[in-house]
Amino acid sequence: MSGASGRGRTDDGVEMAIWLVEGVRPYGGRPVDLLLRDGVVAEVGRGLSAPSGAHRLDAGGLVALPGLVDLHTHLREPGREDAETVETGSRAAALGGYTAVHAMANTEPVADTAGVVEQVWRLGREAGLVDVRPVGAVTVGLAGVRLAELGAMADSAARVRVFSDDGHCVSDPALMRRALEYVKAFDGVVAQHAEEPRLTEGAQMNEGVVAARLGLTGWPAAAEEAVIARDVLLAGHVGSRLHVCHVSTAGSVEILRWAKAKGFRVTAEVTPHHLLLTDELAATYDPVYKVNPPLRTAEDVAALRAGLADGTIDAIATDHAPHALEDKQSEWAAARPGMLGLETALSVAVRAMVETGLLDWRGLAERMAAAPARIGGLAGHGRAVAEGEPASLVLLDPDARWSVDPAASASRSRNTPYAGRELPARVVATFLAGEPTVLDGKACL
Amino acid sequence: MKHLLSAGDLSREEALSVLDTAERMESALAGREVKKLPTLRGRTVVNLFFEDSTRTRTSFELAAKRLSADVVTFSAKGSSVSKGESLKDTALTLEAMGSDAVVVRHSCSGAPHRLAGWVRGSVVNAGDGTHEHPTQALLDAYTMRRRLSRLEGLRVTIVGDVLHSRVARSNVLLLSTLGADVTLVAPPTLLPVGVEAWPAAVSYDLDASLPKADVVMTLRVQRERMGESYFPSAREYSRRYGLDRARVALLPDDAIVMHPGPMNRGMEIAAEVADDPRRSTVVEQVSNGVSVRMAVLYLLLGGRSE
Repeated sequence: MSGASGRGRTDDGVEMAIWLVEGVRPYGGRPVDLLLRDGVVAEVGRGLSAPSGAHRLDAGGLVALPGLVDLHTHLREPGREDAETVETGSRAAALGGYTAVHAMANTEPVADTAGVVEQVWRLGREAGLVDVRPVGAVTVGLAGVRLAELGAMADSAARVRVFSDDGHCVSDPALMRRALEYVKAFDGVVAQHAEEPRLTEGAQMNEGVVAARLGLTGWPAAAEEAVIARDVLLAGHVGSRLHVCHVSTAGSVEILRWAKAKGFRVTAEVTPHHLLLTDELAATYDPVYKVNPPLRTAEDVAALRAGLADGTIDAIATDHAPHALEDKQSEWAAARPGMLGLETALSVAVRAMVETGLLDWRGLAERMAAAPARIGGLAGHGRAVAEGEPASLVLLDPDARWSVDPAASASRSRNTPYAGRELPARVVATFLAGEPTVLDGKACL
Repeated sequence: MKHLLSAGDLSREEALSVLDTAERMESALAGREVKKLPTLRGRTVVNLFFEDSTRTRTSFELAAKRLSADVVTFSAKGSSVSKGESLKDTALTLEAMGSDAVVVRHSCSGAPHRLAGWVRGSVVNAGDGTHEHPTQALLDAYTMRRRLSRLEGLRVTIVGDVLHSRVARSNVLLLSTLGADVTLVAPPTLLPVGVEAWPAAVSYDLDASLPKADVVMTLRVQRERMGESYFPSAREYSRRYGLDRARVALLPDDAIVMHPGPMNRGMEIAAEVADDPRRSTVVEQVSNGVSVRMAVLYLLLGGRSE
């Protein structure tokens, strides 16, 4: 009876609206109607009739993809609520087309205990805009000395599966090996921030021609590649899963390609900014372009795009890193590294990968939803846009063009590197398990 | 020309006009009892020194005073800067006080670029981190031209810690604009990755480059670099790259020896080389610095290069 009244019902008896999404093109294909009921895509067809009381959404011209999944988000709460909160970050995520985000562990206090990850998970539930999946720290206090209680975080209500000291590299090879082995017990994955610390002391930007000219201390590609090479060998040796965060160099892509050819269980992500921007931007000395790992060269950008297209790199992850104004309005060396990413990721990916013909919509959905959901172990996300599948979807206008206005961001911070840039494709609506979180380009909560 | 942030911002004509203006400044003051020109009367020049540098600060102060400008000097020590005030707040404060030009020395590369975005007046880079020191390059070029009567085709060897040197970066840019041939000599550890894109030749062998050099400029090498393994010891550095009497003997007869100061005598330059009045221009560089900085302030603050 649930459909007849225009209301659905979830397992725990809460009434849910029914939505008829009309004329939408799944993966850019032929237009169909989608009936969303009880958190799933109940029917797919042409000319579906709306149950009485159902909400109708005219989605003519829009493309439907599975709701995006971010493996790498900094929500800053607890500790830096002046830069972002779970709620503001969740809103930015929903507006960017995301239905799930992985909240990185480098908060204050660090998410290295069951208590902190449960707090973040609960704040995410309260905000209710995306599924917030806390990432647990690999080592206590991100200090790289001894393992955090990974099992306790895995067994907590937050059910942590991704562990990362992101912002810091687990540089001790023996500790990294133990972490890789230990998380096998609960099918966890260690997400490594690959940065050999001795090679990047004081580093400010990509080491190369531009850094030499600008007099900024260089961050050599080899500092990333050396750690990735070591870690893929370790993962192969102990048969564990390794995920490599924010791959930024052409050399890293080659090493990953080799590791995958060997059959090692290795996955990798690339950020939107590393797919579009280059180190030439540092010449402005505006720290809005300061990020870690740093923006690289045009050759690296080309290799990253190719690696993402051929599947060597599995996923696009934002590394959304909000920072308060005072942490960016400073000298380059004094500024904190990081860029906003949630609200622009899809558009930047369209520019870098779809407009260039490297990926079609299905390929983009694989890299921004399906693959990250698999890596993060999220069963209810990244699924096909098809009958019987979870109704977590993004509807986007592929022909829209918009100009990025930092002041219009839902994030509490303003450090977008795309200010004033015109980007393609715009999120019109996002559904999380059948409920709209974004409609007409505006957040519903 | 609104700001002077990088020596690379100067066209050949602009660079030459600075040198020519400096020459005119010098002759206008020569023989005067009162060493002052009324040119910048009523204008305010702020010296903003976030990093200690008595020599550069004094040189700019004197330059501004000789042009009759009002000069205010903020030093990092004892000012709001040491209390953690941000560069931006300092800039806004200066702005509110109404400064026409800000001369800034800062330990962070690019700080003058940031400042230029926040103030209405002109910004002069007086040395930023390991980036640039354009007025040093201008005074060096001025000194070379005075001594050797030309810049075009001049063969200049710059030896020392190129990696960390703002003097080297500015000199390479300016000298190539002015048509000189620059060779950088350093141990490979003290050359930046990416130096191959600079308009200069690179060599690891000082002795080989000296017989062809019209100018050899030695850069200060900080002993602390030893601890960071850039070279094994001060002695070894000095043996391989120090400018001693034996090496000076390899130079052509009229070649000159330059050093931006402050010098580590016995490290990158032997005392008798630094003090050799025939070749060493170290002291002239200091006095030329005042004239060149007068020219820069004059041209930036509305003077015409005719």
